[in-house]
Amino acid sequence: MVRIIGILIGLFFSGWLLVSFGMGAVEYATNPPVKPVEYAFHKAPKDVAFPSDGPLGKFDNQQLQRGFQIYKEVCAACHSLRLVAFRNLEEIGYNEAEVKAIAANWAIGVPDADPNTGEMTTRPGLAADKFPMPFANDIAARAANNNAIPPDLSLMMKAREGGADYIYSLLTGYTDPPANLPEAAQPGPGLHYNPYFANLNLAMAPPLGVEDQVSYSDGTKASIDQMAKDVSAFLIWTAEPKLEARHQAGWAVLAFLLIATILAYLSYRTIWADVKAEKKKKAE
Amino acid sequence: MSFPWAKQYTPTTEFGQWMDEKLPVPRLVYNSLGAGYPTPRNLNYMWNFGSLAGIFLVVQIITGVILAMHYAANANIAFDSVEHIMRDVNSGWMIRYAHANGASFFFIAIYLHIGRGLFYGSYKAPREMIWLLGVVIYLLAMATAFMGYVLPWGQMSFWGAKVITGLFEAIPLIGKPIQELLLGGFAPDNAALNRFFSLHYLLPFVIAGVIIMHIWALHIPGSNNPTGVDVKGPQDTVPFHPYYTAKDGWTLGVALIFFSILVFFLPNALGHADNYIPANPLSTPAHIVPEWYFWPWYAILRAFTFDFLFIPAKLLGVLAMFSAILVWFFLPWLDRSPVRSGIFRPKFKIFFGILVVDVLILGYCGGAPAEEPFVMISQLASAYYFAHFLIVLPLLSRLEKPEPLPNSITESVTGKPLKTAS
Repeated sequence: MVRIIGILIGLFFSGWLLVSFGMGAVEYATNPPVKPVEYAFHKAPKDVAFPSDGPLGKFDNQQLQRGFQIYKEVCAACHSLRLVAFRNLEEIGYNEAEVKAIAANWAIGVPDADPNTGEMTTRPGLAADKFPMPFANDIAARAANNNAIPPDLSLMMKAREGGADYIYSLLTGYTDPPANLPEAAQPGPGLHYNPYFANLNLAMAPPLGVEDQVSYSDGTKASIDQMAKDVSAFLIWTAEPKLEARHQAGWAVLAFLLIATILAYLSYRTIWADVKAEKKKKAE
Repeated sequence: MSFPWAKQYTPTTEFGQWMDEKLPVPRLVYNSLGAGYPTPRNLNYMWNFGSLAGIFLVVQIITGVILAMHYAANANIAFDSVEHIMRDVNSGWMIRYAHANGASFFFIAIYLHIGRGLFYGSYKAPREMIWLLGVVIYLLAMATAFMGYVLPWGQMSFWGAKVITGLFEAIPLIGKPIQELLLGGFAPDNAALNRFFSLHYLLPFVIAGVIIMHIWALHIPGSNNPTGVDVKGPQDTVPFHPYYTAKDGWTLGVALIFFSILVFFLPNALGHADNYIPANPLSTPAHIVPEWYFWPWYAILRAFTFDFLFIPAKLLGVLAMFSAILVWFFLPWLDRSPVRSGIFRPKFKIFFGILVVDVLILGYCGGAPAEEPFVMISQLASAYYFAHFLIVLPLLSRLEKPEPLPNSITESVTGKPLKTAS
């Protein structure tokens, strides 16, 4: 009985799937799906090497500090970094006094109640504060940015396919729209063409426009390529601040497991020796 | 427990003696996982994944309990509390990455364990109950994993919850009330997050309970083996401890090496970038995909593109997706071939190979965007999936002529006939 019902159900599901396949195939042949324009013009991120890549990867603090400078002088006007605190900057090589100074001199104050009146106001940042939000709320962010909210950058590296490669490609990928770009995909007013962006046009104007837009204190030449790389590296750190600890722990764990596994394998061989010996006689 | 020649537990210390009289836990462990469980001597490495799945369940429970100490199940702060674990909790990143990837390893182990059972006929008499309990464990694990994926409250969490609970909507009359009951509202929000967290914490212990029954049921007939031939005498078996504890032990090391590579060097390789964007009900991700271990079922769900008479395609897809797993409950009665092991079933072997490739194809299509040619491939692959269990297996048990079986496990291993005591 189970088998008869089973065969009937099986015939129904399999049969209807084959019929659906047939109808879909006819539809596909007579009316092939049109791929959206993005397919032809969208580009995969460029492959960029970062010091933190690979299982031996480590951060280059000099680079992270340069990247932080880009964030501070270029990105921070619109993009928040709400999951990172000023105190975290000590992890990339700033000392305590420097961190306190960076927090106190940050262009945007930290919202807080006035200790005398209780009125909401802003005060200078402290090391313990998270980076303040550039806009009071999403409505203000939209209003100031052509109706597009600048996304938070704390996790940007992990929140996009391609990670830091994608961020670098996007920052350096702005071009004029190609001549054969269909009308529908042309950038509208206030939008900018960038083949690395999912739908080709984004509201953010090219943020890194000219060489030496910032002046690096360590003497590195601030080419557009260099600035894009540095800020991408900085965003690897903001998204994955424990990367170095993770890599280090990984090697220690692997070394331990390798030794433990070899020992376990040898004891397995010893324990099974008598049973295996019997088995060998078969071959003789 | 299972065979008359099983070693008997004898307490060696006075305390052991005292304990054995009051609460014989050491005896229970000795008989279940120790020397008191005679196990076929010829088990191959496919028999290592049951204990591995159990160990990864323990890993999940331990890491999960620690995560729950720092996680906040509130839609406003859940996402940030996960980032708090990643950034501010000591070694929190390790615990969280181990938990996220541990789920994948649990499913890798469980899939290989199920595949082993399918090929070697471990679901056949007298082991039907072990198989049925195993399917229950799998269903519970799916529910647990799904609800766990919702907890970080990222974009994929939110939209995954919306899509999966939305499936119930397809059921006529009672579908909508069921969906609202599951979510505690009309869309995923705080009520849904809270009940998912509560159930995500509860279900692993239910799984542990069913595993105890799974092992209990296993110890009545004893383990199956690659020949599928019953154990006939003491020479056919070795004590579980130390033989299989040693074998499981060293392969556990190998599994943990792969696990560590993932946790420490590629922690997000199996995840989805969109889940690092906080949940936003107003912005739908371009491709909503579940975790990889659900992909084959997701492909079957999406393979139904045409209504059948008055049944809408969506309802068909939902019915098919649930049937694809529920069919396993009937497997012991669908496949009536008296031969257990696929090794001695020449035709079954071929169909089994096709099934494995078929499920891999389904998995690939389930992870791909819902567009052609993936939908058409899923339709063919799903058609074979149902045909395999519901048509091929019942017919094959009548049409196939199995190869001769060895007389005993010992004979198949050593070439010499088993000396029978009687």
